[in-house]
Amino acid sequence: MEKRRFVTVDGNEATAAIAHLCNEVAAIYPITPSSGLGEMPDAWAAAGRKNIFGAVPSVVEMQSEAGAAGAVHGSLQAGAITTTFTASQGLLLMIPNMFKIAGELTPTVFHVTARTVATHALSIFGDHSDVMACRSTGWAMLASGSVQEAQDMALISQAATLECRVPFIHFYDGFRISHEVNKIEQLTEDDCRAMIDMDFVQAHRDNAMNPQRPVLRGTAQNPDHFFQAREACNPFYEKVPGIVQKTMDKFAKLVGRQYHLFDYFGAPDAERVVVLMTAGFGIVEETIDKLVTAGEKIGMVKVRLYRPFDAAAMVAALPKTVKTIAALDRTKEPGCAGEPLYQDVITAMAEQWTDGPAPKVIGGRYGLSSKEFTPAMAKAVFDEIAKPQPKNHFTIGINDDVTHTSLEVDETFSTEGADSTRAVFYGLGSDGTVGSVRNTVKIVGENTPLHAQGYFVYDSRKAGSLTTSHLRISPRPIKGSYLIHNANFVACHQSHFPDRLDVLSVAEPGATFLLNSSFGPDEVWDTLPVEMQQQIVEKKLKFFVVDAYHVAKEAEMGVRINTVMQACFFKLALTGVMSEDEAIAQIKDAIKRTYGKRGEAVLNRNYAAVDGAVGALREVKVPEAATSTKHRLEAVPSDAPAFVKEVLGQIIANRGDELPVSAFPVDGTFPTGTTKYEKRSIAQEIPIWDKDVCIQCGQCSLVCPHGTIRMKVFDPAKVSGAPASFETADAKGKDFPGMQFRLQIYPDDCTGCGLCVSVCPAKNKQAAGRKAINMEWKLDHLEREQANLAYFETLPYAEREQVKVDTIKGSQFLAPLFEFNGACAGCGETPYVKLITQFFGDRMMIANATGCSSIYGGNLPCTPYTVNQHGHGPTWSNSLFEDAGEFGFGMRLGVDQQVQYATMLVQQLAGQLGDDLAKTLLENPQETDEQIARQREAVATLKQRLPEINDPAAKSLLASADYLIRRSIWSFGGDGWAYDIGFGGLDHVFASGRDLNILVLDSEVYSNTGGQASKATPRGAVAKFAAAGKPSRKKDLGMIAMSYGGVYVGQISMGANPLHALRTIRAAEAYPGTSLIIAFSHCIGWGIDMAVGMDYQKEAVACGYWPLYHYDPRDEQQPFHLDSKEPKGAFKDFALKQARFAMLSRSKPEQSERLLELGQRDINTRWEFYSHMAEMEKAAARGSANGNGAKAETTGDKEVSQ
Amino acid sequence: MSPDLTTKYLGLTLRNPLVVAACPLTHQLEWLEQLEKAGVGAVVLPSLFEEQIVREEAELHDATEFGSEYYAEHSNWYPEPTEYRTGCQAYLDYIGQAKKAVSIPVIASLNGTSVGGWTRYAKMMQDAGADALELNIYLIAADLQSTAADVENRYADLVAQVKQSVSIPLAVKVGPYFSSPGHMAKQLVTAGADGLVLFNRFLQPDMDLENLEVSPHLELSTPQEMLLPLRWIAILRGQVEASLAITSGVHDAAGMAKALLAGADCCQVVSTLYRNGMGRAAEMLAGLTGWMQSKEYKSVAQLKGSMSQQNCPDPSAFERGNYMKALTSFTGKPI
Repeated sequence: MEKRRFVTVDGNEATAAIAHLCNEVAAIYPITPSSGLGEMPDAWAAAGRKNIFGAVPSVVEMQSEAGAAGAVHGSLQAGAITTTFTASQGLLLMIPNMFKIAGELTPTVFHVTARTVATHALSIFGDHSDVMACRSTGWAMLASGSVQEAQDMALISQAATLECRVPFIHFYDGFRISHEVNKIEQLTEDDCRAMIDMDFVQAHRDNAMNPQRPVLRGTAQNPDHFFQAREACNPFYEKVPGIVQKTMDKFAKLVGRQYHLFDYFGAPDAERVVVLMTAGFGIVEETIDKLVTAGEKIGMVKVRLYRPFDAAAMVAALPKTVKTIAALDRTKEPGCAGEPLYQDVITAMAEQWTDGPAPKVIGGRYGLSSKEFTPAMAKAVFDEIAKPQPKNHFTIGINDDVTHTSLEVDETFSTEGADSTRAVFYGLGSDGTVGSVRNTVKIVGENTPLHAQGYFVYDSRKAGSLTTSHLRISPRPIKGSYLIHNANFVACHQSHFPDRLDVLSVAEPGATFLLNSSFGPDEVWDTLPVEMQQQIVEKKLKFFVVDAYHVAKEAEMGVRINTVMQACFFKLALTGVMSEDEAIAQIKDAIKRTYGKRGEAVLNRNYAAVDGAVGALREVKVPEAATSTKHRLEAVPSDAPAFVKEVLGQIIANRGDELPVSAFPVDGTFPTGTTKYEKRSIAQEIPIWDKDVCIQCGQCSLVCPHGTIRMKVFDPAKVSGAPASFETADAKGKDFPGMQFRLQIYPDDCTGCGLCVSVCPAKNKQAAGRKAINMEWKLDHLEREQANLAYFETLPYAEREQVKVDTIKGSQFLAPLFEFNGACAGCGETPYVKLITQFFGDRMMIANATGCSSIYGGNLPCTPYTVNQHGHGPTWSNSLFEDAGEFGFGMRLGVDQQVQYATMLVQQLAGQLGDDLAKTLLENPQETDEQIARQREAVATLKQRLPEINDPAAKSLLASADYLIRRSIWSFGGDGWAYDIGFGGLDHVFASGRDLNILVLDSEVYSNTGGQASKATPRGAVAKFAAAGKPSRKKDLGMIAMSYGGVYVGQISMGANPLHALRTIRAAEAYPGTSLIIAFSHCIGWGIDMAVGMDYQKEAVACGYWPLYHYDPRDEQQPFHLDSKEPKGAFKDFALKQARFAMLSRSKPEQSERLLELGQRDINTRWEFYSHMAEMEKAAARGSANGNGAKAETTGDKEVSQ
Repeated sequence: MSPDLTTKYLGLTLRNPLVVAACPLTHQLEWLEQLEKAGVGAVVLPSLFEEQIVREEAELHDATEFGSEYYAEHSNWYPEPTEYRTGCQAYLDYIGQAKKAVSIPVIASLNGTSVGGWTRYAKMMQDAGADALELNIYLIAADLQSTAADVENRYADLVAQVKQSVSIPLAVKVGPYFSSPGHMAKQLVTAGADGLVLFNRFLQPDMDLENLEVSPHLELSTPQEMLLPLRWIAILRGQVEASLAITSGVHDAAGMAKALLAGADCCQVVSTLYRNGMGRAAEMLAGLTGWMQSKEYKSVAQLKGSMSQQNCPDPSAFERGNYMKALTSFTGKPI
């Protein structure tokens, strides 16, 4: 037998390893937090790793979870052992097939990282609302409570399903287990072989569809016999608990870890017992350990097999002494008699308790969306059930001040061991902090007898995002899956964090504090806010400083300070565990194991960083008292609206957990325009305007992904009080005689991406390297620019009818109604979104597919969609990933109906309103900005007159009057939505011809979930599920839409031809039918320097990779226009500058070469095809002009365009 | 009778002195085979650059680590490559393939400027089957704090380090920009160079007047460029214990003949093959043979160095002589 070894892995890796070994096929679709479960087997399959049957499993990415479930169903019917991995809405999309799979008694395991189902809001975090929605499918459900269990139950469920034929959901808590790194004993291939009975595998194959012995499944049945047939499966379900227990026993005999359907833990004479599932096990165990020692009679039942629910086994697991039970559910079912586990326990007690009066059972909810559940909270539950009248249907972990369900928690209660290391690290997403902590867990877990646990908390923004890493090291196995609240080591990897964030609130007295700062031990004290100084003094912290950026730079590591900070942690915190020399040697050894394959240069740089770190670490002599006059900055300005200060500001300040229920809107509706209150100030360098060089073209403002560069013209005679530093230039162009021009930077909102500088066409005559806008050190300009901005904001924006909006320059005088979003610095998508809001924002409705654009568009705390000076702005909603087309289409239907109603009422009231007003309202075509402005005025007049009219119709019209202003309705989403999961719906919308504008932000990959291939991914690019380069060519979505004849289609690239992009967007919006805009969006996932993302766009168009075109059905002569020049330059030259293509050339050069050649061929043939299409239409148009009538075939369908 | 074109270069016997210098033409097996068929005596493979090695390793590492762990929804962007074939490994594989594809000597080329761990690739090239190694030192001494001695020592140290790691012959390719090129040549030979390749043509950046940008610029050589290395070959022949190869400006049989007369052991060519196709090699060899026959040279060995500084009728001509002679010729001509 192969020897088992201890490894440190996260819950997903532990599970995926078993799934890979025990399955032949996996059909998957990425969804957080289960994406890794599919990605790892895909990567392992690419590397040729085999399963226990001796074959390399097939891992296939589908177009949606519904597709994945269908493929799994088919593969199972073909006799392959098949699995999938999913969560949340993804699991819900699988439900129809799950009913079928269970109904056909087909053995399979779906591994589910249990995640919140979107309700009033989406959440990527963990609870059981998704798996609970599957209770009626007929699947067995087996729960895991730790990383170790995730691995063990993965195998147990696989073995059991084959024997009992009932399919299994194996689930554990998303993030809290899926992403927790812990030390586990790894099962071997031999273990899997021993557990999987090949007779049952053969039985599964024998039951498969086979033309040699054909059967028929999936019949349609009728009332006379369906019911009986449905009951026929009962014996199989009756056997499941027994089979699972038998499998658990077999596992125990083989491996040594004994599990039961229900495991009891606690005092044998417990009177109070908690029943729960998954990650709460360890937390409650720790609590029971401590309280039982103190004499309390408490215990816990761990529910492992949740379905079929073996009531007798559950009751048997309880001590006979129990008097009160609390069933804890990690889900909420509004309106129910009690949450699912509570109801099951009640039923079980009613049916199976035979030892006298049944114990009292209460239920409570905890941990929704990964809300912290701690030993203190577990204790609060035990305390509650000690009361004579405990609160039923309680909540724990929140303050419910509305319906008063919550329990009080004594936050001082802790179960942490005195001999454990508890470290919290604050880092930036880009500085490698999480990776270094993950590495530390591995080093400690795999090279010492100690146990280690790592867990990582991320910020919701992608640019300048904060990561908090929680690391526990202990001589005992670490059970408690909760955050560290009393750390004995705190590291702050960014010196600016303390200015806004209370990083030391988690530090316990006497803890060590490590700060990365460019200031040395003698200067750093004075840079800290007084609140932090007080904490250091009062808690008697040991304070160390290191200039990690300097060390990293010297070691040629760029801004990756991970290795430097890790070395400092080892030196400061692990000297009790190992000698300094040993610690450093361990780090270097880990570096070699992790990066060894990548070459000497990589190793040497990391080694140099380790050595440099140790040499640069200094202790700071802490004064006896705080001395600073600087205070920590408020999360939001004091003049922010009350809701922003009292709710959003608390979330920004990391105090969201403290907000009570009453603080929140009841239906998930939030105000827009709140990003402006969150001054994150994350850029080190910001663009500084040089008025003398500027040609006032507006390109910098156009491409700014975050709306932090604005332009205004104003009459100097009408304004006063500008700060002395407020420089202006004479406005160029004949449209603004005598006016002044100002380009203003938002210094605290800029991310420092540099995209603006890269597109600036104006070069300084004295120094060609400088332009009209140049990146400069922010702190040299901050105060001045803050003052300038304050004044700038008092100046009005131009009204759209005052400027030439169809020019780049003109468009940039309009207020963007999308600002300071949390997208990646230099994002290629957001400039399009911003531009669209500049044009149409004041009358926009947006249906946003889930993805990057819904996260930067609607992730709390703050929202970037905002309003203009009249209070008008986009109204935005996210339905699902898959239905943004239909969602927007539905908005169109609803609005059109309301327009029809309002029109009817205007007609009805025309006499009383005045014919002129009624005529304007009814006949204004609203095609131009001027016409829309006129309509706004007419509606305003209407609203003034209606209250004076004594007619019920007037009241109705007043409520509907706003609909008379033409709405601009948009569906936004990425390529994952448009090309894959949402394509079916989108296709239906194309065919409808209704007036919906569809913006596809095509980044050619699933960006939000981390780089999985979509059907927009180009041939040859490396992506997850295309590790060897995507073999097939990109789908031509535009051509599919054009095939309907009545859809306006535009393919644009802001970097290549901004004017084309701008005019195509306007033409698409003006088109009274369905419009599709496919916007080329460079993405961080391409592996490029985002500062020059627009240059990549330019090159893509130049080489024919991304041809520009538009198809306008209104142009009966020639709807299709190829708008870019004939390709020049090789695709290969463009491609190999991007990591997504270059990676393959460095790992599989022959494959790369072949795919790049095919990619070039794709470009050539597509260009040829488009050219022919354009030429043919031109020829047809010429023919038509000559009277031969050939044009008729090429025109759009007018009827569907209405 | 055809003259004997064989020549000794770096201890290797070449069937003739026409060698294809390091360039993209030697980067494809198919082209190597064509060059062999066209008759060339040896090939130098394209250079493996120090910066390339370090950058490719770092780039692949950066790409793999790129955007990792910065956001809750994903831990990285790309799947970990199943194998790593940075420029070095691909290059090493190519040496082996080249050796199998052609029977003429294959000389690997390493391009760098600094002493360091990367020079271990020299040994790997040897192990991959290279017949010899050409070390191309491409150093722009832009640091105003570096003295001439600093720069020269850096060259010598690098040659010594590479020489220590290999047993195959080592040629060193350098540019002409030394205060005392002859002394430098001696230093290089003392440090371990078995041969000198004279001279490297540095890529000189140009300016884009439209966009006001500095842009890389590469132009093929012209025959006039041959005169500089020709002089130094002539001066060094017999004064340094090393093979001498001429490179830059050898475009035809006449150029080859001159280089051999000056003392080159072989002539490295590229530009003329780009301009005229690979068949140019056969034309040059035929032309050389014809010229030797017309002058009754029996062999390259006989011809080689017969007009070096040591052997020519007027040794000073290679020092200031050319200028003097030209001036004298002009002014002495009766009007």
